[in-house]
Amino acid sequence: MASANVHPASEPARWKYLDSVRTRPGPFTDASTFNGSVVARAMETMKVLVIGAGGLGCEILKNLALSGFKDIHVIDMDTIDISNLNRQFLFRQEDVGKSKAEVAARFVEKRVRGVRITPYNCKIQDFDEDFYMQFQLVICGLDSIEARRWINATLVGLVDENIEDSYKPLIDGGTEGFKGQARVIFPTVTSCIECQLDMHAPRAAVPLCTLASIPRQPEHCIEWAHVIAWDQEKPFPQLDKDDPEHINWLYQKALDRAREFNIPGVTYSLTQGVVKNIIPAIASTNSVIAAACCNEALKIASNCAPSLGLPDANYMMYSGNDGIYTYTFRHERKDDCPVCGGQARDLPADAAWTLRELLDSLAARPEAQLRQPSVRTATKTLYMQLPPSLEEQTRPNLDKTLAELGLDHGQEIVVTDPAFATVIFMFKLKFKSR
Amino acid sequence: MLKIWSMKKEQEKAENAGEGTTAPAPKKKRVTAAQLRVQRDLAELSLGNTMTTEFPDPDNILSFILYIEPDEGMYKGGRFSFSFNVTPAFPHEPPKVLCREKIYHPNIDTEGKVCLNILREDWKPVLNLNAVIVGLQFLFLEPNASDPLNKEAADDLRNNRDGFKRNVRQAMAGGTVRGETYQRVLV
Repeated sequence: MASANVHPASEPARWKYLDSVRTRPGPFTDASTFNGSVVARAMETMKVLVIGAGGLGCEILKNLALSGFKDIHVIDMDTIDISNLNRQFLFRQEDVGKSKAEVAARFVEKRVRGVRITPYNCKIQDFDEDFYMQFQLVICGLDSIEARRWINATLVGLVDENIEDSYKPLIDGGTEGFKGQARVIFPTVTSCIECQLDMHAPRAAVPLCTLASIPRQPEHCIEWAHVIAWDQEKPFPQLDKDDPEHINWLYQKALDRAREFNIPGVTYSLTQGVVKNIIPAIASTNSVIAAACCNEALKIASNCAPSLGLPDANYMMYSGNDGIYTYTFRHERKDDCPVCGGQARDLPADAAWTLRELLDSLAARPEAQLRQPSVRTATKTLYMQLPPSLEEQTRPNLDKTLAELGLDHGQEIVVTDPAFATVIFMFKLKFKSR
Repeated sequence: MLKIWSMKKEQEKAENAGEGTTAPAPKKKRVTAAQLRVQRDLAELSLGNTMTTEFPDPDNILSFILYIEPDEGMYKGGRFSFSFNVTPAFPHEPPKVLCREKIYHPNIDTEGKVCLNILREDWKPVLNLNAVIVGLQFLFLEPNASDPLNKEAADDLRNNRDGFKRNVRQAMAGGTVRGETYQRVLV
């Protein structure tokens, strides 16, 4: 078992070369935030969260452990598949079927003395804000946009302007074949993942009628089986893309259809690839991107050199498709970003007001002047001007008081108005009687 | 220790010239990006007098039903309903739209799937819910034989327009066309 408390002083030789980087200022080090004598101790006690223990995650865990981080946590909901073994080097054949997070954690602990890695074999959504609050740094090696958006929104939501420790830098790596990206997000300070969503190329879709009537490629036959035949025949209650029996059903259906239209090339593995949207992974691209991410982690934790995101560039793209090309640039924050933009403004109100009185006050406020406001909270539709059916359903709310509607001091409300088609107003109710 | 804190403080100093800090409000469930966008899109819907909506749960604006009653064209006299389900990925993914009746239409299959380019391959985040309902309305005014989902209906439309019209009337009345029985949708 690895022991958690190995003081750097007891093993100076081991970190000699790392120390010559992290304990000495360079020409661009910001003197106001750098203190070389406490760096090693700070990195040792800092809690770092790694999300994903796959292709990028294996590299990230190894790199962090060898960079002097000693309290590392890792979340991954997946189990090890035999197809992972060519690049996810912390896993062996006998590990197939076991939790990625647990096997990766044990492996790195065994190889790097003094590091403690805490695995979580579950979804990131299984944890609440309190869990994420304990970390000082989050590094993602994910393959899904959905998970990135979730953790991004969670970290932005944690920010409390009065609590220094509520700001968690987020480092995000991603790869696709020979291409990749590394970016750093300082929640509410720099552009966030939601601001940068347009950087993701959407998955090319084939028109439904092509699938239904004139397939030309093996992929069309597979998509037909997946999108149309499955729904018509429903061979199993719910499609499980990891169940070989389900994939085999789709494969046979696709094969029949391909025969009918004389299309060669439908195979079991292509079926799996199309249905699960598998993109070929290249081990070396993962290494390049993970290395970039972990160098940023080292710089953010030690302040020994300026990191990505401070103050200018926050996004590094890498392309190995045609020679090597990398470019680093600043992605601007979006003022109307639904996650990090539009910090809610205070709106004076009274619990005894009716909703109508609140809306009237919005029309009167000089900075708002909202004459046809529609108002919602995250869970409740308070009043919508349109469409007519929703207006009718929410009209009775107008004569209820804010207290009756369950609105508390501090409640955030979202207001839209057709006069400001592109603007979304966020307000935070401030009750006078407090 | 982390530089982000000092950065944030400087940013704030630049932004506001001294408003007293307020006690932090308890953390509330945040409004999602999809909700924000749908709230804005709904206020821009132009339903005219041929369309209405129904919200089974007014607090959940991500799920609703759209009714279309075409006032011209071959489908005049029918009332068609579509379920709209907006996923958390909206507007980066299109809303999921299904026809709730089994109808005879070249671009809608008997499961209710709709072949409308902006619901799939040509969806862009700049499009909104209004673009979708305009597209759906158009399908009833100009059914399109070159994008068939119901192949028989498309063949009929292409080869025998008058026969197709008769089939539409028959199917809308709850009759059988080419061995397939359709749902009555006449108002």
